Amino acid sequence: MRGLAKTAWMEAKLFLREPMSAFFTLIFPLMYLFIFGAISGNEPAPQYGGQRMLDTAVPSLIAMIIGITGLMPVTMTMATYRERGILRRLRTTPVASWVVLAAQVIVNFAMSCAGMLLLIAAGTLVYHVRFEGNALSVLGGFILSSLSFFGIGFMLAGSLPTVRSAWVAGMALLYPMMFLSGAFFTVDLLPKAVRTISAFMPLTYVVNLLRGLWAGDAWSKHVLDAGVLVGLLVVGVVVSTKAFRWES
Amino acid sequence: MDKVVQVEGLRKVYGATVAVDDVSFEVHEGEIFGMVGPNGAGKTTTIECLEGLRTPDAGTVRVLGLDPQRNGKLLRERTGMQLQQSALPDRMRVWEALDTYSSYYAKPVDWKPLLAQLGLEEKRPAPFAKLSGGQKQRLFIALALLPDPQLVFLDELTTGLDPQARHAIWDLVRDIRAKGKTVFLTTHFMEEAERLCDRVAILDHGRIVALDTPPNLIHGLGAEERVAFTVAGGPSPALQSALSGIGRTEVQGERVVVHGKPDGETQLVSEVIGLLTAQRVVFRDLRTEQATLEDVFLGLTGRQLRD
Ligand SMILES: Nc1ncnc2c1ncn2[C@@H]1O[C@H](COP(=O)(O)OP(=O)(O)OP(=O)(O)O)[C@@H](O)[C@H]1O
Ligand SMILES: [Mg+2]
Repeated sequence: MRGLAKTAWMEAKLFLREPMSAFFTLIFPLMYLFIFGAISGNEPAPQYGGQRMLDTAVPSLIAMIIGITGLMPVTMTMATYRERGILRRLRTTPVASWVVLAAQVIVNFAMSCAGMLLLIAAGTLVYHVRFEGNALSVLGGFILSSLSFFGIGFMLAGSLPTVRSAWVAGMALLYPMMFLSGAFFTVDLLPKAVRTISAFMPLTYVVNLLRGLWAGDAWSKHVLDAGVLVGLLVVGVVVSTKAFRWES
Repeated sequence: MDKVVQVEGLRKVYGATVAVDDVSFEVHEGEIFGMVGPNGAGKTTTIECLEGLRTPDAGTVRVLGLDPQRNGKLLRERTGMQLQQSALPDRMRVWEALDTYSSYYAKPVDWKPLLAQLGLEEKRPAPFAKLSGGQKQRLFIALALLPDPQLVFLDELTTGLDPQARHAIWDLVRDIRAKGKTVFLTTHFMEEAERLCDRVAILDHGRIVALDTPPNLIHGLGAEERVAFTVAGGPSPALQSALSGIGRTEVQGERVVVHGKPDGETQLVSEVIGLLTAQRVVFRDLRTEQATLEDVFLGLTGRQLRD
């Protein structure tokens, strides 16, 4: 336990010292919020069901944080630690592999939370964004979605041979998901073919779930979204514990 | 426990390469055991099979009475390991590494004195990536000492270190032994093996070709000893013939070299000095050259480069 606490604390410091992780999880979504705010202004728009674009932007950008954190810091840290022999050095100590993984989960989850809180704070203070949901419900959706995406990150890091290939795979998944999952644009306005692709993207379900919960939907309205994410989480846990390797 | 490490018929194969081939040896409690050998001889493979980091293809290995494959966690609790190749996160600071790694052991030593012992006090807040090669090496040695281990594995102990650091680390290793602990190291420096190790195994092509104390290895080689000195005006014919009675003698102008086999009883050098004193010859620049472990090593493993 002491090992886990120390490792998590250390990893948190390393996360914040790594400019890329800190920027993409904490600052980048905030930048998007301000860009959206500047573009759309404060007027309600019919394509957002009479809401302002900004009201749906916050849960969408929270979904983006989840996608980014799972596919960038989680994947890259684990792949780098293995390729550089950092895991090898850890393996000479009695520390268990689950401690190494758990520390990553804790730190990346805490950082995503921080990113989410910054976003909500900025949204509320600057744009007076409306929140009609249940905070606990949203938090539950956030936890489920985050863990599912960490699973994807661990699976990539565990099964791809090098840092480079993990990076390429992470980006290849992240970019289309950011644009086609509905995090940036409402998918309903896009062509049917694109909507079909979008249905195969895990982030789509995160966006739907979080937007719904944010607007006050009950979980019962999002059984499909939640089911997909729970399934992904189970696959993620099974595959990433099986695929975990101390060295390349 | 008397035998800290017991290895019997160890074998490890990588594809067509037999990295370690039927190796058997023992390491006794409280000794500094060294393994030397050319590049690719199988030293790292052997040491990592003992550490439980690689799985042997055949043979039995017992370390502190434990099977590294089955009791790995217990073994890692009681041993310290410095790997030939490993790293820490670039932005982890020296003190943070020691502090974090301490938390993995049930009864770690206090890491602050270690920092001083390894000359890393000034580098306490430095990130890993900013350390020089030798400083990284010293940090890894410090990490290996954190569990207060009964047995320490040091793969390539002083590679990349300057002479100051090397001597400091030799002292440190002797300290470890003085506390009753056992050290298993590999090295490329024959001087290091000769001065530091109680026993040395010479490995070549995955096999142990010799294993003994450094003096025994050197003696066993039967290498000749040489005594050289200078006599003003050159040696007289009488002196030359008297010296020939001791050993083969070469004269080059004023320089005289006497060759002899060490027979273990009288030393060549004392015979030569005795003769020179008896004949009242004035001499200067007397030097003796004895065989070293390096001669033994090159004699056994040849002078060809390894791939
Ligand atoms: N993981 C591996 N995969 C394939 N071959 C390997 C592997 N590890 C070692 N070998 C091979 O096994 C042989 C022994 O390697 P090893 O690293 O044990 O040598 P060494 O004595 O430690 O050499 P050095 O002095 O250069 O460190 C070499 O021929 C090497 O190429
Ligand atoms: Mg080696």
